[in-house]
Amino acid sequence: MGAMREGWNRVLSFFHKPERDAEMEAELASHVELAAEENMRQGMPEAEARRKALVRFGGVQQARERQREARGLPWLDILMQDVRYTLRTLRRDRSFTLVAVLILALGIGANIAVFSVVNTILLRPLPFPDSQRLIRITTKDPKTGESSMTYSTDATREYQQRNKSFQQVSGYFAFSSYINYKLGGHGVPLPVTGMLVMGNFFQTLQVEPMLGRLFTAEECLPKGRQAVLLSYPFWKRQFHGDRGIVGKAIDLNGSPVTVVGVMPESFDFGSVFSPGLKVDIFTPFILHDFQDDGNVLALMGRLKPGVTLEAAQVEADLLFPKLDGSLRQPGWHAGYTGRQVLLKQYVTGELHRSLIVLWCAVGMILLIVCVNLSNLLLARTAARSKEFAMRTALGAGRGRLIRQLLTESLILSGAGALLGLGIAFAVIEFLVHQGSIALPLLSEVQIDGATLAWTVAIAIVSGTAFGMMPGLKMSSGNLQETLKDSGSGAGEGRKHEGLRSALVVSEVALACVLLVGAGLLLRSFLRILDVDLGFMPSHAAAISVEYDDGGNAAKRSAIWQEVIRRVEEIPGVETAGISDSLPLSRNRSWSVSAKGQRNLRPGEPQDAFAFLVSPGYLSAIGVRLIQGRDFRWDDNAKSQAAVIFNETVVRKLWPGQYPIGRIAIANGVEARVIGVVADVRESSVEGEPGWQMYLNGVAPQYGPAGADLVVRTKLPPDVLASSVLSTLRQINHGQPANEFQPIQGLVDHALSPRRFFVYLVDIFAGLGLLLASLGIYGVISYSVTQRTQEIGIRMALGASRWNVQFDVIWKTLRLVLLGMVVGLGVSLAASRLIAALLFGTAASDPKTFGAVTLVLLAVALLAGYLPAWRASRINPMIALRNN
Amino acid sequence: MGEVKLDLLQGTLDLMVLQTLATLGTLHGYGIARRIEQMSGDEILLNQGTIYASLVRLQQRGWISAEWGTSENNRKAKYYAITKSGRKQLAKDAAYWQRLSNVMGRVLSMPAEGDL
Repeated sequence: MGAMREGWNRVLSFFHKPERDAEMEAELASHVELAAEENMRQGMPEAEARRKALVRFGGVQQARERQREARGLPWLDILMQDVRYTLRTLRRDRSFTLVAVLILALGIGANIAVFSVVNTILLRPLPFPDSQRLIRITTKDPKTGESSMTYSTDATREYQQRNKSFQQVSGYFAFSSYINYKLGGHGVPLPVTGMLVMGNFFQTLQVEPMLGRLFTAEECLPKGRQAVLLSYPFWKRQFHGDRGIVGKAIDLNGSPVTVVGVMPESFDFGSVFSPGLKVDIFTPFILHDFQDDGNVLALMGRLKPGVTLEAAQVEADLLFPKLDGSLRQPGWHAGYTGRQVLLKQYVTGELHRSLIVLWCAVGMILLIVCVNLSNLLLARTAARSKEFAMRTALGAGRGRLIRQLLTESLILSGAGALLGLGIAFAVIEFLVHQGSIALPLLSEVQIDGATLAWTVAIAIVSGTAFGMMPGLKMSSGNLQETLKDSGSGAGEGRKHEGLRSALVVSEVALACVLLVGAGLLLRSFLRILDVDLGFMPSHAAAISVEYDDGGNAAKRSAIWQEVIRRVEEIPGVETAGISDSLPLSRNRSWSVSAKGQRNLRPGEPQDAFAFLVSPGYLSAIGVRLIQGRDFRWDDNAKSQAAVIFNETVVRKLWPGQYPIGRIAIANGVEARVIGVVADVRESSVEGEPGWQMYLNGVAPQYGPAGADLVVRTKLPPDVLASSVLSTLRQINHGQPANEFQPIQGLVDHALSPRRFFVYLVDIFAGLGLLLASLGIYGVISYSVTQRTQEIGIRMALGASRWNVQFDVIWKTLRLVLLGMVVGLGVSLAASRLIAALLFGTAASDPKTFGAVTLVLLAVALLAGYLPAWRASRINPMIALRNN
Repeated sequence: MGEVKLDLLQGTLDLMVLQTLATLGTLHGYGIARRIEQMSGDEILLNQGTIYASLVRLQQRGWISAEWGTSENNRKAKYYAITKSGRKQLAKDAAYWQRLSNVMGRVLSMPAEGDL
């Protein structure tokens, strides 16, 4: 009770300092008056009475201070004093403050930005309720793309019924991007990206629509009422956020479909399930319609409360092998497996290592920043040593001085953190809107509470770290010596020199580790850019073509021929072809085997990535024909299909034999091999190519198929975009205004995560190098300033300019070499940790290490040369007189 | 060197002030300081100025109240009086000091081991 009242009164007193001080003064004055009066009554003369009264009173100033301490908040007073003093000195030292805050802002900003990415992708749970119970179900050996990671509708239904681990099992159509909707009703049909999801998809994720409702059971039945859910960005963009759209019908692919709801802004399908994909609408996946289409569903589920991942896995190991591929084809032994992975793990698992590396890189930046700041502050405190000695002489305790220095460094780091937060905010804003970077959850990145807490933490830790060292160093100095010291004499500053050199060495070592890491990653990236993709992405572009063949192969052939002929007439177009899927975009695989051969190994027949193509497609996309020939329009015999394999398939199916003319079974249909083409990197640039086969898209055995028209041209693709589109629209008025996308874009998209990391790490390494060189420059330059007199004496005694320059540069080199030895040693050990991220580059790649050594040496020489040059310009006469 | 005067223990001055006000009623700071000096028989080392830290502390805890008034010689001075909660606190602290000084007395008058 008393304590609370006292605390409150202390706060009041703190804020009413002038009033309380005035009252105190009045009281003290009255005290002395009263005392003097009494003394006079005892017969003392007035002057003596006052003197006596003052003596009995004791130190007036002490009394004031003690009362202030007793009534107010002394620690806050001291803090305010320190802060005011710091602000004053910092304002006086404007250039120092600016440099320090800028360096800190860069270091802390980089840390905040990376932390918010790490936090979103690695640390934070997925943006769904109870997301730790969400499981992705995939096969154990996903070697042939999406088709080997998906399940048939019958298998899905069976698993839903039989399993006891899941509250709900759901899925989405893994090949949804094959189905591009077009939104009609407003002139040119608008291409729309739709996603087919199972009826219970959103319930499984526990996502509620922002407006309206989810799909009803009836809407998920064949021939049911057609319904669609809109994504938030699409609703905003296309319908201007009109709430009245719910319940109305929109024109999708020519038929009216009712909008039943709008998903919330926080739900971004692409960012979780398909990085880089922007989904506009969701439609119900009707199981019945896909019964005969093989493996089409990507599965996930929500575990029942209390069921562990391990238990679910045990059950899946029992159930999956028994699941039927199709109830209507009893012969199809699908041989399913069901690996249960936490959805979070599935989404972000591969990024784990890269992000940790990134995090370490910015951590090192922060270390370098702290070392730099320590250096700057050391130089500053050395210059201020007299001030501190004076304050100590006047009674300031060691603790008080350290406190003052810490206040200074914390204010600096605080200002740096604020500015850094601004930088990070800008960087994140930029990243979030990079739809082209195929990183999951990137759109969810934001500066949240955790990020702010992290910012505060690193500001305090770094402020303390770089403020502590000069603080301790300073307050331990010998008071008398400093006061006697004439200032810039020969011996001054020597005592800090060892410490400063150690700081430079560690800075160089850190920068070296960063550079080696960045160099290795950059070299890997260059190696990847050099990879033979098997096709030629430059000078080619693709557009998705809309057509209606009514399921008739002959009609399809006619349409395709017409499209290709008309497009090839456009000036600038060299050649054109059609495929139902492009490399590095979506994929699907079908079974394949050689006719008459028994299965080569258990697990065969192997699946191959299947491409339904038109004649001319191979040359349009730039795939090399090794043997045989391309398709012809008349390769459409009903009796036997034609197939072109890649080299890998031929090597496995007919090792050492001439493949042309042999018969294969592709997707259950006999096909004659007419050609062999080079391997294409179909699913990733870095991965080895798998089995690939090309089938004639106009043959009656296959199809109907989607169509991507690939155009090869010498002109920049954008130039052709409008003429190609208008040609397509002449052929088919329903052709939506699809994007004319350069094939290089597919490669860039596939490489975007790696590019993202490489760029960031390289930027950080560059930053580290810059900071380290600043540090070297600062220390050497400072030591030259300190030794002006000494250098002057040496020059007066006959040392040449060259001698002086050499001395300074040699001193720099010694420090840098020492730092590099340490740094290269650490790098050699550390680079093994990132070996998994490297491509075609050894962790101890001598070229990278050599290049880093050269770069560091060059930078060090430059950083040392400037002060050396300055040293050699010293005029001995002036240097000696100027004391 | 003469006899060294007693240094005041932390908190003892507060207690003395409370006791003085409790027995003598309303007093100004100088009066309290003089009274304590007299009571202690000049055995205490007291810079009169230190009393003001104690006064402000007691006042902020609500144990004494203060008011400006005029002395008999028409001088303005700040007068302090003990409050109800101040009296309670005084009783508590006094009891504590009694016990402590009893214990200290007993401990210090312990006979040397050989005397047992």
